[in-house]
Amino acid sequence: MENRTDKNSYTILFAIGMVLIVGALLAFVASSLKPNIAENKRIEKQQNILYAMGVNENEEGSANFISTDKVADEFTKYITKQVVITNGTQSEENSEAYLIDVKKEQSKAKSGGERRLPLFIGEKEGKTYYIAPIRGKGLWDAVWAYVAMDKNMVVQGAYFDHQGETAGLGANIKERFFMDDFIGEHLLDASGNFVGINISKSNADPLNKDKTDNEVDAIAGATITGDGVSAMLRSDLKLYVPYFKTLKN
Amino acid sequence: MGLLSRKDSKLILDPLADDNPITIQVLGICSALAITAQLKASIVMAVSVLFVLGAGNVVISLIRNIIPSKIRIIVQLTVVAALVIIVDQVLKAFSYQLSKELGAFIGLIITNCIIMGRFEAFALGNGPWRSFLDGIGNALGYGVILIIVGFFRELLGSGTLLGFKVLGDPIAKTGLYSIGYENNGFMLLAPMALIVVGVIIWVQRTRNKALIED
Repeated sequence: MENRTDKNSYTILFAIGMVLIVGALLAFVASSLKPNIAENKRIEKQQNILYAMGVNENEEGSANFISTDKVADEFTKYITKQVVITNGTQSEENSEAYLIDVKKEQSKAKSGGERRLPLFIGEKEGKTYYIAPIRGKGLWDAVWAYVAMDKNMVVQGAYFDHQGETAGLGANIKERFFMDDFIGEHLLDASGNFVGINISKSNADPLNKDKTDNEVDAIAGATITGDGVSAMLRSDLKLYVPYFKTLKN
Repeated sequence: MGLLSRKDSKLILDPLADDNPITIQVLGICSALAITAQLKASIVMAVSVLFVLGAGNVVISLIRNIIPSKIRIIVQLTVVAALVIIVDQVLKAFSYQLSKELGAFIGLIITNCIIMGRFEAFALGNGPWRSFLDGIGNALGYGVILIIVGFFRELLGSGTLLGFKVLGDPIAKTGLYSIGYENNGFMLLAPMALIVVGVIIWVQRTRNKALIED
């Protein structure tokens, strides 16, 4: 005899009921946790920006952000101006430029729209930092970074992060030994043309003493993540070049 | 075990050793390879699987008599996916840094064969309490192996444990590095996880000959 649960009508009703219950449960969990998650993301962006300009709690080889309770005050203390660049050179102040979603701006540019480029200007110990958020693709998912530069486009600090690179390999782009290698590296060549920084496996300068070779040493076993980081630095930072030229003039 | 009957305690203890999901049933190998380059990731993965498998087994056991057999795999998958999303959201809301470090791994729980295996083999045929014990036992058995593999891979691959320098030079030039030791980068690659799991299987079968198949 056929069991009640084997009937097609029962199966369909069960499936509909299950989808409704699970959907409602997940929607409830997601909406009740949404404010916490949004706040965590906002804090993290501010921590990332400050990290890139050297405001952090690093000890020895570890990379540590400043603590979440201090971040809002430190952000207003160190970030003096936030601008949004349009058309390469036009800039306007926007106190919430850090909330601009780089991913959305990239897809806007792909579909022919105009990409807004946020740039954060910070002052620390009499030095001015220009911090640009950039985004690209790693091996498994997105990689992104905040790169602090001076007005000559020499890197002053960087914070790299990723969505799902392999632990111990590609995920090491957010380790200090990798990020610190970028400090002092030039993004322009000797004649002032934009070159970017290449993550190189065949680097002749593994100790990174030459800061003008536009190369840093690659992470072993993370070739595709490294290539993704190189491509991201090249394609996204290049967009800021016209603005930096106006700064020099 | 005073609290549990002999039969019930076997549900917890067997998967820890002689019926281990990884080394005996050879399930859940994928995540053992993917996430064990660091001990911390191994521990959080083990705890997350403990929650998903414990709660999932209870849910499946409670609804086992009303699940249509034609779509039972889809129902099981929906339960795992929902629990994994809840774990992920809770971590994002209350332990954001940890959730970022483990982002991809938490999602990987959905693909863990042990979970679907226990739903199918145990929870569909047993009551909620026994299913809960079975889930906890298997998750612990899985977690133990993950932690052992994570321990050796992080120690020998990075010279650290939970991020702390163990083989390094806590005091300058006193550590193993000063006598020429170097981290074995190969330990961080996935094939080495398979070799470590293989060594555990070898040790386990050498100690207990009954586990060796003819």
